[in-house]
Amino acid sequence: MTTLIIISVLPIVLLYLGLYKAQKALLPVTIIGMLVALGAAVCAWNKDDVAQPIYHGMMLFNNYSVAFSVVSIISTILILMLSKGYFEKISNHIAEYYAIVLFSLAGIVVMVSYHNLTMLFVGIEIMSVSLYILAGIRKNDFASNESALKYFLMGAFSTGFLLFGIALIYGSSGSFDLDGIRDYVLTHPRNIDPIFYTGVLLIIVGLCFKVGAAPFHFWTPDVYEGAPSLITAYMSTVVKAAGFAAFLRLFLSCFGSIAAFWSPVLMVITIITLFIGNITALYQQSFKRMLAFSSISHAGYLLFAIVALGAASASSIFMYATAYSIASIIAFGALVLVRQQTGTDDVDGFNGLAAKNPFLAFVLTVSMLSLAGIPLTAGFIGKFFMFSGALLQYKYIMVIVAVVNAIISIFYYFRVIIAMYFRSAERAEVQIPGYYKFVLGFAAVVTIAIGVYPSLISGLLI
Amino acid sequence: MTVSILIFLPVIAAVLTLLFKNEMAKHAAMFFAVAELATALYFLSGFVADASLQYSLDVPWVPQFGIYFKAGIDGISMIMVLLTTVLVPLIILTTYEHEYKNARAFYALILFMQAGMLTVFTALDGFLFYVGWEAALIPIYFICALWGGENRIRVNIKFFIYTFAGSIFMLIGIIYLYLQTPTKDYDLSHFYNLTLDASHQGWVFGAFFLAFAIKMPIFPFHTWQPDTYTTAPSAGTMMLSGIMLKMGIYGVLRWLIPNAPIGFLAWGNWAIVLSVIGIVYASIIAFKQTDGKRLVAYSSIAHVGLIAAGIFAWNIYGVQGAMIQMISHGINVVGMFFIWDIISRRLNTRDISQLGGIAKIAPKFAITFLIVVLGTVALPLTNGFVGEFLLLRGVLGINIFNMSGIATSAIAGTTIILGAVYMLRMYKNVMQGELNETTSVFTDIKGSERLALGIICALIIVIGVYPQPLLHISEASVTNLIETVSHKFVNAKF
Repeated sequence: MTTLIIISVLPIVLLYLGLYKAQKALLPVTIIGMLVALGAAVCAWNKDDVAQPIYHGMMLFNNYSVAFSVVSIISTILILMLSKGYFEKISNHIAEYYAIVLFSLAGIVVMVSYHNLTMLFVGIEIMSVSLYILAGIRKNDFASNESALKYFLMGAFSTGFLLFGIALIYGSSGSFDLDGIRDYVLTHPRNIDPIFYTGVLLIIVGLCFKVGAAPFHFWTPDVYEGAPSLITAYMSTVVKAAGFAAFLRLFLSCFGSIAAFWSPVLMVITIITLFIGNITALYQQSFKRMLAFSSISHAGYLLFAIVALGAASASSIFMYATAYSIASIIAFGALVLVRQQTGTDDVDGFNGLAAKNPFLAFVLTVSMLSLAGIPLTAGFIGKFFMFSGALLQYKYIMVIVAVVNAIISIFYYFRVIIAMYFRSAERAEVQIPGYYKFVLGFAAVVTIAIGVYPSLISGLLI
Repeated sequence: MTVSILIFLPVIAAVLTLLFKNEMAKHAAMFFAVAELATALYFLSGFVADASLQYSLDVPWVPQFGIYFKAGIDGISMIMVLLTTVLVPLIILTTYEHEYKNARAFYALILFMQAGMLTVFTALDGFLFYVGWEAALIPIYFICALWGGENRIRVNIKFFIYTFAGSIFMLIGIIYLYLQTPTKDYDLSHFYNLTLDASHQGWVFGAFFLAFAIKMPIFPFHTWQPDTYTTAPSAGTMMLSGIMLKMGIYGVLRWLIPNAPIGFLAWGNWAIVLSVIGIVYASIIAFKQTDGKRLVAYSSIAHVGLIAAGIFAWNIYGVQGAMIQMISHGINVVGMFFIWDIISRRLNTRDISQLGGIAKIAPKFAITFLIVVLGTVALPLTNGFVGEFLLLRGVLGINIFNMSGIATSAIAGTTIILGAVYMLRMYKNVMQGELNETTSVFTDIKGSERLALGIICALIIVIGVYPQPLLHISEASVTNLIETVSHKFVNAKF
């Protein structure tokens, strides 16, 4: 709870700093504030037996919330560290930048710790409204404007679905409370109101929009491409992970016993998502757009844990989302650096990078291997858990589809590695600032550490 | 002393090698590889050749998911460990005349790959096995793609996708077996205790077979192999053909047949048929090759086909033959690729039709080349003979689709005849006849080349004359494994 308060107050402080033109203090204050919030979150760890829903059952801070809050905060810190000197170039309103990112993070903390559907809605809205602004923050840039408008329209549309679903569920079960809804499902095993089922479907549609799963993914490529790279990084890592955490929390606590109803629906969504994400990513020349489509396919893998809902689902999503976030941060960080030098988002821009920047090429390789799911990286452990969970529930077809997609994804992830190491191009050395070195190195080390010794985080949510 | 030393020494060595200067890297790598060999020999000295597991290690890795770092050495693994630890220093020795760009990365990758392969050969936990399997693949991909010849990008991505596709199906198989164990762990001995029904075992068999068949490779999964072998740098080709393909054969022996014995009963004959087709097919194609390296690549498919057929015959002759032939093939094929490396480095061509008469100006080279050729064509008193004899004896003992084993082994035996024809023809064209403009500049082998080829020839002859110690190492383990599995055949319900 302290975490949420700190993260909500911090942006207001930042806005004041901006008002008094204390530009230099912005980043340090943000980072220190977030570290305090992080510490507060960690202190709330392992109090599950005493954790009770607070504020009339609105929020519940249990280990699940803490784990996802911590990952979100750490990822955000890493992304903000990369943004030093980045926002200044594209906008005059730097304080607002930090403040809005933090506001959306506050929304995320609500999303991973809600205990009442209204709080889910409020959390998603706090996060989304902030993101609409962030996507369009390059006011004079056409792509950025398009991105913001598209995101806003699609987002508003999907929010409508979500809200309608929540209303129908309230109408049939008479409760917004997760426990109340669960009790309703358990006490009416045979005669659940059809309206309730409709509500579940609408919620699925709404949430799939938010996490960018096909066929509700149309906004992702354009929004991701148009938004500034680091905002894209934020959207495709922190936001996506939080979206799944919220998704799973709802389904795990309420809809587990009616899985027979919704799991075929989600299974179809998963399969479509995997194929659309991967096959479209194959044809992208732009690295950024490739990452956007690959993020769709990763949404597909993350959905596995929800389709094969079980005791290990939370741990699987946590593992996968962490691995994916960390690896994506490296990828976007490298993209920002390379783009500054070459001025292009294309994969060709990476040609010959290894000869001049062995460190950058190495960490980006680690990131690509992790995204592709090669052993000894965190990404493999994530995929491994997803496959195990699905096989446990005899979802063989899904696993076969996932395997085929994992093989397809090798093509486009390795294209980056090939460009860096095996193609040559005349280029100068990319200058890497110290804090970039720190973030990229840290992320690469974490990726390998989790890959080699998954027990570091795999046991947290069991 | 546990097997962990064997696995982690090369990892540490790889990291340390990166710290050396490029000029010193090969010496450092050589030092570490020899140290690894010494460790393996020390293990061998204390090794008791019964069926038990020795130097074993079992520590929790991800215990809440039943994953343990469990590894150990029995007779079968000991042979594989010896193969790996002997060949790696030898392969490094063959690179001494090369100047590789960014050499320290090159040697570090070789050592890292060694660690992956040793993990595969000693792992007794399904997860660990898979991790080792892939950990060996990444370095060789970079070795081949960074230091390879023309078309290396296209060829190697094909190689990577091919092998990755196979292995990920194996991963599914491993997870499936894990979910069936009552104790929910990846322990191989618990996999062995499972009694699945025939149709499920068929699927498990298929999932594992795909991975191993691609790695070896068995016809028709071989299409990546000739291109990859040809474009890879020589050391990479040697690592691939000398050691890495044995991962597939070892996998069949330890992970495929014992885990799916009834699946094997149902599908094993098809596997033998594919292996035998591969033998004849690859031998015929080898005939038509003019590129020496490519010829050796195809001959390797033929030899591996025979080893696979011997394993799938699943009797003591076949499996023991496979064990010794894995070592022999490793030595011979490294020798063969080294010889073509020497030729192409000196003359800038591997085209057999342009060569000739080298024996006249390079007698030492001629002798060693001849010994390697004879070993490859399995002349008695060379190492190739022992293995191929046992393998054919093994294939002789089985009936495939009501066809007597004599017919099968007769077809499989064509590998010796055909092999002799194309190998000796190659030798004749390269070494004998008249010198021409291209070959007249050839200089005889010296220094590290002489040492490497000398060691290879010595091994060929020693193993050929007195194979008993090697056979003895694996005999008890092989017998034990075959009995365990045969026991399941008897209990199989159809």
